[in-house]
Amino acid sequence: MTGATRADVCAAAIADAFADDGEIFASPMGLLPMLGVRLCRLTQNPDLVISDGESLFLASPPPLFAQGEVVEGWIPFRRVFDVVAYGKRHVMMGATQVDRHGNQNISAIGDFARPKRQLLGSRGAPGNTVNNRTSYWVPNHSPRVFVEKVDVVSGVGPQRANAAGRAASRYNDIHRVVSNLAVFDVRGPGDTLRLLSVHPGVTLDEVREASGCDLHVDGDGAIPETRLPTAEELVLINEVLDPKGLRFKEVPAA
Amino acid sequence: MTKGPRDKRMTIDQVVDSLEDGITLGIGGWGPRRKPMALVRAILRSDLKELTLVSWGGADVGLLVRAGKVKKLVYAFVSLDSVPLEPNFQKARQEGTIPEVVELDEGMFQTGLRAAAQRLPFLPMRAGLGSDVLVNNPQILTVTSPYADGQELVAVPALELDVALVHLNRADRHGNATYLGPDPYFDDLFCMAADRAYVSCEEIVDTAGLTVDAPVQRLLISRMMVDGVVETPNGAHFTTCTPDYERDERFQRAYAAAAGGSDEEWAAFEERFLSGDEAAYQAAVRAFAEEQS
Repeated sequence: MTGATRADVCAAAIADAFADDGEIFASPMGLLPMLGVRLCRLTQNPDLVISDGESLFLASPPPLFAQGEVVEGWIPFRRVFDVVAYGKRHVMMGATQVDRHGNQNISAIGDFARPKRQLLGSRGAPGNTVNNRTSYWVPNHSPRVFVEKVDVVSGVGPQRANAAGRAASRYNDIHRVVSNLAVFDVRGPGDTLRLLSVHPGVTLDEVREASGCDLHVDGDGAIPETRLPTAEELVLINEVLDPKGLRFKEVPAA
Repeated sequence: MTKGPRDKRMTIDQVVDSLEDGITLGIGGWGPRRKPMALVRAILRSDLKELTLVSWGGADVGLLVRAGKVKKLVYAFVSLDSVPLEPNFQKARQEGTIPEVVELDEGMFQTGLRAAAQRLPFLPMRAGLGSDVLVNNPQILTVTSPYADGQELVAVPALELDVALVHLNRADRHGNATYLGPDPYFDDLFCMAADRAYVSCEEIVDTAGLTVDAPVQRLLISRMMVDGVVETPNGAHFTTCTPDYERDERFQRAYAAAAGGSDEEWAAFEERFLSGDEAAYQAAVRAFAEEQS
């Protein structure tokens, strides 16, 4: 398939992350996750429940940042917390740092007591990661993002969840880490990052160089390529969901 | 002769004059949305100090920490959304000028308010387990289920407030209040978690007027939760107050640029917008809008 950009590949990889979720609230944070979730809703998983990112469930996915025509539900912040605890939700968050054990940091860089760089705060990451399926999106894969150990654990990876007991581990489900270079899960030895695929045009060495931590690779080290978007997906991305090309602000067209 | 409920109308200054140094102050809204900014600005002008601030934070937190009013900050995030990182908050944290911080998960924050609103010492939840929220806040403990499951859960301590400040679209003089936008946020919980609650609003209307154009479900706040009502038109500026107005993005950009800029740039912003009373602020905002258009 010609004409697929890196951003399109990322959107399809994000869509794949939500394909098997069934009828749950897909909660994307950020632009590419929103595009990927809406793409998934229009193709692989029409049962996904999607929102406007504010307080409305939308009956059908509008283009990025456009208003939805038909509203099918009400999801103000207080009800988001209810759904988090209820569990029928898959959130894809950003990650300023993500480590080998699938912990995520959006709180602060450096020492928490006196950070070198204050970030957003932990937001809902601690609650998300012990309640519902959580994935991460990293638009700029670098050794500063993929680190051996995050400075502050906002989102909890499986090893920390297991150590905190059954209430923490029972619903801990770190599903995918999608970056602009590759796709991971946390099913490596000892619940560590495992490389699942590299995007077309990216080599394993490039991914390793861009990572500040070890990455597990199964078997003989032959890594599959992330799939290309289908013709249908490309039409939906280009003509329906993102005709203005907003996705290229996050993942530039090479 | 029949009697009606109390008239609780107050001025902005009367509300702020009733506050004391060192109190725990909850501020309603969410991030850059429907914040009681007119009351926050009045606190900036006051001599109040050593506040414990409890907020899902936006510029309310940024302004108060920049002014050195905050002894302790309880937050889950501080963000302006379209400007993700709040520059005044970021600067204060990086320079170590907030003596004490409690960073919670944002759902824990709701649970803490719920516990306070229900007059309970804590409520259990999963959020926080395994995360550094529990490492950085050793005062937050876990509790073991007394039932057969025996699960260890976080005992989220009650976020008890001395005073809550919230901003709604409409209120009557008694303190009944409605939100007209899509999200109630947690303003009812803030009021119920507090010993005293003050509602600012875009417009004070007759009680009957509250349900003329809004379904009864929008009546979020009952007068029994409220101690004072203040009419502050455009009082949430520059945060949202949907549908009365949306966020003033241009003003927010100017705020963020000044907050993230040099001390001189911040001083100029303060001089222009924050040195006078609320009427002076609103006049300066109108002049800014005319300049920009």
